[in-house]
Amino acid sequence: MLTRSSLSRRRFFGRAAAAFGTVLLAGCDSLSRSEWFPKVLATGEDVNRAAQRLLGGRRSMAQEFNESDLSPEFRSNGTASPNNARYQALAAGGFADYRLEVSGLIDNPRAFSLAELRALPSRTQVTRHDCVEGWSAIGKWKGAKFSALLDAVGAKPQARYVVFHCADPMEADGTGFYYESIDMDDAHHVQTILAYDLNDRALPIKNGAPVRLRVERQLGYKHAKYVMRIELVESFDKIAGGMGGYWEDQGYEWYAGI
Amino acid sequence: MSEVAAVRSRDAGLYFRHTVPVRIMHWINVIALMILFMTGLNIFGAHPALNWGKSSYEGRPPVVEIGATQDAMGNLVGVTRLFGHDLVTTGWLGVTRGPDKELTVSAFPSWLMVPSYRWLAMARRWHFFFAWVFVINGLCYVAYSIASRHLSRDLAPTRLDLRSIGQSIVDHLRFKHPTGEAAKRYNVLQKLTYLTVIFVLLPLTILMGMAMSPGLDALIPGWVDVFGGRQSARTIHFIVAWLLVLFVLIHVFEVIISGFWNHMRSMITGRFRIDQGGSHADKK
Repeated sequence: MLTRSSLSRRRFFGRAAAAFGTVLLAGCDSLSRSEWFPKVLATGEDVNRAAQRLLGGRRSMAQEFNESDLSPEFRSNGTASPNNARYQALAAGGFADYRLEVSGLIDNPRAFSLAELRALPSRTQVTRHDCVEGWSAIGKWKGAKFSALLDAVGAKPQARYVVFHCADPMEADGTGFYYESIDMDDAHHVQTILAYDLNDRALPIKNGAPVRLRVERQLGYKHAKYVMRIELVESFDKIAGGMGGYWEDQGYEWYAGI
Repeated sequence: MSEVAAVRSRDAGLYFRHTVPVRIMHWINVIALMILFMTGLNIFGAHPALNWGKSSYEGRPPVVEIGATQDAMGNLVGVTRLFGHDLVTTGWLGVTRGPDKELTVSAFPSWLMVPSYRWLAMARRWHFFFAWVFVINGLCYVAYSIASRHLSRDLAPTRLDLRSIGQSIVDHLRFKHPTGEAAKRYNVLQKLTYLTVIFVLLPLTILMGMAMSPGLDALIPGWVDVFGGRQSARTIHFIVAWLLVLFVLIHVFEVIISGFWNHMRSMITGRFRIDQGGSHADKK
């Protein structure tokens, strides 16, 4: 039998726990919105990057799969068709007039047509695409080895990052173009390619036609779609929000190996 | 142990139960696990489905999928699909109350999440920071427990313990707790539970977390397939997280019914009152 005192004690514990929980949650929310606390939390990202670079470096290889593992339909996420007149005109012409501009800290600035990209040494790989949201899809990618493209343009020694400028605006009014950046470790990695084929067919528009980046040891948002211009830089501080990518500017990690 | 006897309080009824390192590491673990769990539920909300396999698209429906739909009146309805069966879970899963108490589309209710509303980027920051806190704290605990013989002395079951498992189960079901000398030691179910949590569940959830990292997957390509692939690892990570919640609920329940303040005192000051005969350790 419950006595009155044990009932009121139970009620007291229940209410105390609920009040304690509410205060804790509100505290966590205000810490999340503060200026300083997310910076403290971001040290976890720095440690992750340092640890993964130490263990994996340039050498570690993303798992490659069999064709029997291919996802029947490769999911399109984010932009499915860029809201951009210039891009739509290129797409209407089968990307015959597409030119990939390469600029910045290089010896030979130049532009590549799709045929020229296809003429570069290529690599084909069946890999798993891991979205930051949590899902994965497996696709077969063929593309120009990024290291071959770097050799063709001659990266200067002071170049530390490669920035990918894309055709897809992220705002409804057609501004805020998607962009991404990787460091030279990933730029020279064997599995880093500018993919133009998916599952033995020309890359569909929903998956980033005519070319998208594959940087297999990182999450999906690093794999920039609709790449229009590539820039080698010493720092990305002055580009857009300064964090090295569209999602990075929204608070996501620059190093997306986790 | 003579050292334990030496630090026994002047009050003969108080017994020195938990050392300073164990107490500190226990509370760090409480904070880290709580944040990891609540930020984990927030992260899960970005893709509220669990699959088995290497990818999410292997032609099999998800094991669990939490979603939202609308009824004829246009009201939001939370739907949880478990092994192909739809369950209406409005208020609990799929459509839940946000920080403003309004129904909103979110896999888990706001009181279970950090931040309390869907915010993937911030939840990830919290999660990966406290993952390091949790792992470093856990490694220190294991190292300390081995070096101080906490593991061999207090946690490893003796042969006598193992023979009394049946009696211990009966005692637990009757909420009967040891008194006197026996109250100074962990009982056999307690020992086995702690060992399972420390050496099976916690390492498994860490490993399955690492299995979701494309960077760590690349260290030894294919290691994730041992657990059925990356999406299976995500599912295991989620299930083990809830098993840990189940452990915490039972742990806290046992603490409450066997003398809440006595246990709280012993995990804060180290001192535990031994009752020499009554049925309740903290009777007042």
